[in-house]
Amino acid sequence: MRPKLMEEIEGLRGVNSVKIKEAHEAGKKAVGMYCVFSPSEIALAAGAATVTLCGTTQEPIEAAERDLPRNLCPLIKSSYGFGITDTCPYFYFSDVLLAETTCDGKKKMYELMKDIKPMHIMHLPQTAEGEDALEMWKNEMIKFKEFLEKEFDVKITDEKLRDAIKLMNRERDVMKRLHKINAHKPALLSGRDMLSSQWLKGFNVDKEAGIELVERLIAELEERKEKGIYAYDENAPRILLTGCPTGNGGADKVVVALEEAGASVVAFENCTGYKGLDVMVDEEKDPIDALAEKYLSTPCSCMTPNNSRLDLLKRLAEEYDVDGVVDLTWQACHTYAIESFTVKKFVEEELGLPFIQIETDYSDSDTGQIKTRVEAFLETIDTSKVLA
Amino acid sequence: MHYIGIDIGSTATKVSVFGEDELLHNFTMPTGWSSIETSNIVKEKLKDMEIHVDTSKVLATGYGRVSVPYADKAITEITCHGKGVYYLLGEDSTVIDIGGQDTKIITLEDGRVTNFTMNDKCAAGTGKFMELMANTLGVSIDELASMALEGEDVSITSMCTVFAESEVISLIGEGKKREDIARGIINSITGRVYSMLSKHGRKGTIYLTGGLCEVEPFIELLSKKLEQEVKTNPKARYAGSIGAALLAKGIR
Repeated sequence: MRPKLMEEIEGLRGVNSVKIKEAHEAGKKAVGMYCVFSPSEIALAAGAATVTLCGTTQEPIEAAERDLPRNLCPLIKSSYGFGITDTCPYFYFSDVLLAETTCDGKKKMYELMKDIKPMHIMHLPQTAEGEDALEMWKNEMIKFKEFLEKEFDVKITDEKLRDAIKLMNRERDVMKRLHKINAHKPALLSGRDMLSSQWLKGFNVDKEAGIELVERLIAELEERKEKGIYAYDENAPRILLTGCPTGNGGADKVVVALEEAGASVVAFENCTGYKGLDVMVDEEKDPIDALAEKYLSTPCSCMTPNNSRLDLLKRLAEEYDVDGVVDLTWQACHTYAIESFTVKKFVEEELGLPFIQIETDYSDSDTGQIKTRVEAFLETIDTSKVLA
Repeated sequence: MHYIGIDIGSTATKVSVFGEDELLHNFTMPTGWSSIETSNIVKEKLKDMEIHVDTSKVLATGYGRVSVPYADKAITEITCHGKGVYYLLGEDSTVIDIGGQDTKIITLEDGRVTNFTMNDKCAAGTGKFMELMANTLGVSIDELASMALEGEDVSITSMCTVFAESEVISLIGEGKKREDIARGIINSITGRVYSMLSKHGRKGTIYLTGGLCEVEPFIELLSKKLEQEVKTNPKARYAGSIGAALLAKGIR
């Protein structure tokens, strides 16, 4: 039986789209964002709402392929497709878009997308190491701040930034606690429900209401823990998912395949999971400095080197006591595809855990193959299951 | 008590039956369009052999594993192949399974599958690729492999089966010798297996399973490409169903 609150959380799908329309009609501005590197705090300090626009479904991809090459990552095509088909209410109600130069595919796609809506592009350094990189990223924070001030005709004060930092830290904290609840054996929330909770939160206009809802979910899960009600039984293999972003409606297919095959996806290392929650923004420092430091510490494959991803994987593998690691690569995502080699070596040799990389897209075309791969992977983990 | 393993592949269905100790029967038939219908034909065939599924333990594998209504359990062909090869070879190995719709490399350690690689959603390097190419040249798979031994390599570079077919057709148009084209086709498969194996890593004996296990010229050319003798056995096409039958013994 699922937690009761999941119904309310899934209801957000409808509620959120009404909320953004109402907010728009009430004159509230909205900033559409595409990445975990995007500093929501600056937008919030400008009095705007933030929404996550990364495309996670297959539907708009066909339309996107009118302009974009077929052999491109599904997330980029889906995001662009939502833009040109005007089928996403969050895109529609976004007053401005915040883009970022994470990967080659995204940055060139943004060149086409910028004709649809006003867009600001933050230029990411290629490395998270060294003073030069941080200095450059700080400047990018300032440029984004100035862009919003001009665009929305507001003044973003340090005080407003500090308030926004506190609010976002609270949101990070509650999401972090929600994730960590699955460190319990057996997991209290299925991976699919964890994914939905976080994904739907991305469209939440009212941050306070979102925080309150997640608090209630945690309370319900704690209560269930007391009663011994778990999402899975204790024999379900515990999986740590890493790699490319996930989301509902296609981009969740590997999580669904894993859980349908009897696994429990307990930890999400990826950027739509725990990655962005790990480090808090320093509330004492100068707000721009603090924001630059926090966001640059994101262990994404677009950075070179990206050793902190391995450190995070090690921590999560231990904390969640996982039985295996699944590395999801969206087709044509070169940085994650190449990094998979390093991750495999690290997981197998340093962590001593079974590892599998799954490369796919959002479509159903390889459902059978993925099912076989995932089941075979779980069979290598759990011999007792095979022999039972 | 009989222990029955049914391996419903994309092209062929393989069935193996064990008694308490020994392997009693192996048989194969085309899968056809419906896995459920095929599994019913298997049931009837077993009945003619006085083997009744109701009083046996049945384990299904292969992509059609979920379409065997009378199976007690379903396990992937990867685990079953591992088990089957360990039975046939009696030692740890690196298994190359060339199936109808996919090619797999499986590492066996202490008789258990510890790692595997599957080709991506593409027919390159699979049995289906070879079958289509043989059709294009108007020969059987056996003839294709024999011809390849006589030929000189022509390069077929397309990874995609459909494009490779056009490439073969243009080679025919250019008047290239059939033997040379055949060699190019086989080389493109062995080359694909070689790169999968390089990525996966090899350990110990290399063992070939799947429908090509009795095609001697192919095994010869594969061994040459891999620079290591590829072992196999006429029963290796049943590795999946043998493994399934062995695993059926564990069903309580």
